[in-house]
Amino acid sequence: MDAAQHEDVNKHMGKYYVVFVALLCLTAITVGVSYLHLTRPLAITVALAIACIKAGMVAAVFMHLISERKVIYAVLILTALFFIVLLALPNLTTFEHHSGMPGT
Amino acid sequence: MSETVIPYVVKPHPVTGIPNGKFGIWLFLASEVMLFGALFSSYVLIRTGMPHWPPEGGLASEVLNVPLATLNTAVLITSSITMVLAWASCKMGKLPRFRLWMGATIGLAFAFLVIKYFEYTHKFELGHFPSHDNFYAIYFTLTGLHGLHVIGGIIVNSYLVGPGTKMWATDPEHFTNRVENAGLYWHFVDLVWIFLFPSLYLL
Repeated sequence: MDAAQHEDVNKHMGKYYVVFVALLCLTAITVGVSYLHLTRPLAITVALAIACIKAGMVAAVFMHLISERKVIYAVLILTALFFIVLLALPNLTTFEHHSGMPGT
Repeated sequence: MSETVIPYVVKPHPVTGIPNGKFGIWLFLASEVMLFGALFSSYVLIRTGMPHWPPEGGLASEVLNVPLATLNTAVLITSSITMVLAWASCKMGKLPRFRLWMGATIGLAFAFLVIKYFEYTHKFELGHFPSHDNFYAIYFTLTGLHGLHVIGGIIVNSYLVGPGTKMWATDPEHFTNRVENAGLYWHFVDLVWIFLFPSLYLL
């Protein structure tokens, strides 16, 4: 490993520690908010928003997604699309059922 | 006997711009998103179809052990940074440091499983098995599958810190790439837990 690579990695170390502390703080906030007993839609929104921020930080910094090749982004966009369909399809069927639409 | 050489283990592939191993692990993680996604979708479907969650009454945060799960979240987050430090040590050519950080990652993974064991045994003592109701079926399926992934990570990381380290002497860059790929998998395991924790325990 050459000196330039050594220096390049060293430069990022501070960022790793910042993300680590931020992740711990956000975990504490998530747990703290759960004790406020917010209304269900608000509680779900807040908890999932914090989870998304945490996941984004892990992916961007720990998994180096922030400076990744286009091919990885392409794979992930396709995955995200299929994931959304996967989440939406079965739940849309029950939505119809609950709303009493015909054919259910 | 001719030896088969797998190309682009260190050098980037001209089409993708990354080594084949890294591309492979990302495709694998994409399939993992669909695996957990299918279960998560089932969870939302079952939960929205129930008049009350958990079915027996109360709140999920009262039925499940939030302090232990919070501790486990901290353990997994810490193991993610030790994994990054293990990879960074390889990049900087410091093998003893790599051993230290990778050892810490494995230790924290075991700590996660031990805490999970206490959670599970407490549930079993109360007679709450996966067959108890939909709530416990989902809780055990999702956390169980995640736990299996933690065990998978322990096996791969133990290989890298054990017999796999031999590669360091002959091909350090290839070895560093392997550590990076194992790291990508490990961070994904952390990422899944980041969503499982609030969804199962807090909401």
